[in-house]
Amino acid sequence: MITELGHFALILAACLAVIQVFLPMIGAQKGWRDWMATADATAPAQFILVGGSFAALTYAFVTSDFSVLLVYENSHSAKPMLYKVSGVWGNHEGSMLLWVLILTIYGASVSWFGGNLPEKLKARVLSVQAAVSVAFYAFILFTSNPFLRLDNPPFDGQDLNPLLQDPGLAFHPPFLYLGYVGLSMSFSFAVAALIEGKVDAAWARWVRPWTLSAWLFLTIGIALGSWWAYYELGWGGFWFWDPVENASFMPWLVGAALLHSAIVVEKREALKSWTVLLAILAFAFSLLGTFIVRSGVITSVHAFATDPERGVFILAIFVVFVGGALTLYAARAATLEAKGVFSLVSRESGLVLNNILLAVAAFVVFIGTLWPLFAELVLGRTLSVGAPFFNAAFSPFMVALGIALPLGGVLAWKRGSLKRAMTSMMPVLVLSLAVGGLGFAMATGRSGLAPLGIALGAWVTFGGLADLWMRGGKNAFGVRLSRILRLPRADWGKALGHVGLGITIFGISALLGWQTEDIRTAQIGDRFPVARWEIELKSVEEVKGPNYTAQRAEMIVWDGPRQVADLFPEKRFYPVAGMPTTEAAIQNGILRDFYLVIGDPQTGGGYAVRTYVKPFANWIWGGAILMALGGLLSLTDRRLRVAAGATRATPNATVAAE
Amino acid sequence: MIRLIALLVLLAGPVFAVQPDEVLDDPALEARAREISAGLRCPVCQNENIDDSNATVSRDLRLRVRERLLAGDTNEEVVDYLVYGKPGEFAGFGEFILLRPEAEGANLVLWLAGPLALILAGFAGWATIRSRRSAGTATDLTEAEKSRLQEILKS
Repeated sequence: MITELGHFALILAACLAVIQVFLPMIGAQKGWRDWMATADATAPAQFILVGGSFAALTYAFVTSDFSVLLVYENSHSAKPMLYKVSGVWGNHEGSMLLWVLILTIYGASVSWFGGNLPEKLKARVLSVQAAVSVAFYAFILFTSNPFLRLDNPPFDGQDLNPLLQDPGLAFHPPFLYLGYVGLSMSFSFAVAALIEGKVDAAWARWVRPWTLSAWLFLTIGIALGSWWAYYELGWGGFWFWDPVENASFMPWLVGAALLHSAIVVEKREALKSWTVLLAILAFAFSLLGTFIVRSGVITSVHAFATDPERGVFILAIFVVFVGGALTLYAARAATLEAKGVFSLVSRESGLVLNNILLAVAAFVVFIGTLWPLFAELVLGRTLSVGAPFFNAAFSPFMVALGIALPLGGVLAWKRGSLKRAMTSMMPVLVLSLAVGGLGFAMATGRSGLAPLGIALGAWVTFGGLADLWMRGGKNAFGVRLSRILRLPRADWGKALGHVGLGITIFGISALLGWQTEDIRTAQIGDRFPVARWEIELKSVEEVKGPNYTAQRAEMIVWDGPRQVADLFPEKRFYPVAGMPTTEAAIQNGILRDFYLVIGDPQTGGGYAVRTYVKPFANWIWGGAILMALGGLLSLTDRRLRVAAGATRATPNATVAAE
Repeated sequence: MIRLIALLVLLAGPVFAVQPDEVLDDPALEARAREISAGLRCPVCQNENIDDSNATVSRDLRLRVRERLLAGDTNEEVVDYLVYGKPGEFAGFGEFILLRPEAEGANLVLWLAGPLALILAGFAGWATIRSRRSAGTATDLTEAEKSRLQEILKS
């Protein structure tokens, strides 16, 4: 019964969305206020209905109602509660329901928090947003209905893929979707602005918080996925350039570019048409990502939905929305006139460089991801494009970005001096080269580029801090500090975001440069050296978990006579899914992780054992957290909340108010 | 029971990538084997290199890599052998196993896409900056504004 109510609520929400596409848009064109206002009723109503629908599906999972096909296929009564809940979105149908739930959350948020938006813009934004929703409601109801019943309910379910039964992965999809779907807001704002033919500083200020929140969720989502890969897949890899990873990385890169170009629109009224194009492209990449993941068109580890019908449907959504928006863009872009003037050396130019590098980097990822598909369809060749390609073709753009960032960040608006920027950054440069030199001295020779990466990470990190420090002016220490503390939160967000990026670059470089690996057969009781530590395989025993059995080892890490860590790596077997998984035991540290893996019993006795010492591994995700925090801090800046109202949106009023 | 579990685990296939018995005694040679492996895709897996993969065929490939290295091949020769095979002896796996596609023929489009896009974007960026730079120097005053300006200057 509850399941059917959920199904019904979803259909009702779809009907409301259809209404929301037309009434507010017509109202905005004709200037009918009551028609525009209907969106304020339908948007929250959609949210409530889809929320109810999602709750109904969650209820079916929590109560293990195996008469629902989806629950039968993806759940099991013995599964821990956390994974019963996360199982709701650990499958195709449920994850699409989560997708529209988030879409309606954003729609309702515009209605609730968009009080300072001009009536017409708001109505148009909500109309475009509803059009996106309609497409996805149709997708769910016609190709991926999660509420289908089974005639003869089976006794128990088929369980969720064991790899997905993990806290990191339980929360990875919701964050990723908050990011993907959040970019639909930027898209809706861009399309609404094109219909209106007006993009100004006020528009940029309204669109920025939505982009910022989408980007910060995407950052968290990607970091969670990477962290999961690190501890779950059994050898500590954290990024594989898998098509599905790329699918989330492309919108992240374009979103980052959009964040920066929107600043130029807001402060200087330039780069307008480019910013609108980026907003469209960012969502286009989100849709493309959804297509890649949901159609399984590109073979990858994540492709658990391979159904051509669904792929074609999403491709159609992609073509209609992106094609439509780009056509509108082609017709209207010329009307978006730039106002601000700036010279070659200026903050604006720096941000143009940022945009060029990020956009080209995203393009490289795009080409690399789709090339195997293209080669097979058009050239008739089956080939692969993997990590070595991306490392070679993508990294140079990130290196260039890293080199330019601290300098561009301190250039003045309109007209800056590169010489002054260089002079002020000289201590940072010296410090970074010193850190890089130290890295060179300590490297284990695994990668010759690592010391350069370490220097680059230090350059970006210290550059971000120096930027903040310089904002305090040449005052006495106390005065300076209090001035820095009183800086707008957006400035703190900028510094924190850049510092986070630097730390991530540092973490990746240090890990690649200094990692130690040891593979051997160890007997129980053996003690063997790894780097400057000793590892002891103390015992191996069989244990039983709620829905798996495992072979669990106890291993001790010794630093001379001192015990550093007592770890229990496992090799699990999930009988229902018929699948083994490795559960590495990791001791996380600020300076290094110990990463231990127990393998199969060997024919000559003993066990295969893998030991890694991974220096600065956590800095990779620590940096990502800082980036997300930077975004959050920026988001709480009062300038974004006390937005420029429609009446004050005369071209230079908002700039003058700085 | 324990035996049964062990059997199940074994039947499910090795969960390990590189096995202890594969590792070469010479660390320099082993390092080269690793370097080569990182660029070779497991033929039956989804986007995994043979080092990270648990498939039997990946183990075969890893052993072949080491065999060839011990026979004195250079890294390129090992890769060529695995991709194109040796006539009459071994068919080779084809370019599918190369994670880094060769920069030849149509693949040049893939390799040059980034640099070309950068050049194009660079020009576009340059043009934007130029137009913004010159926008300020041009006098955009209308006739009425000019005469008004004259008046102000006179008074």
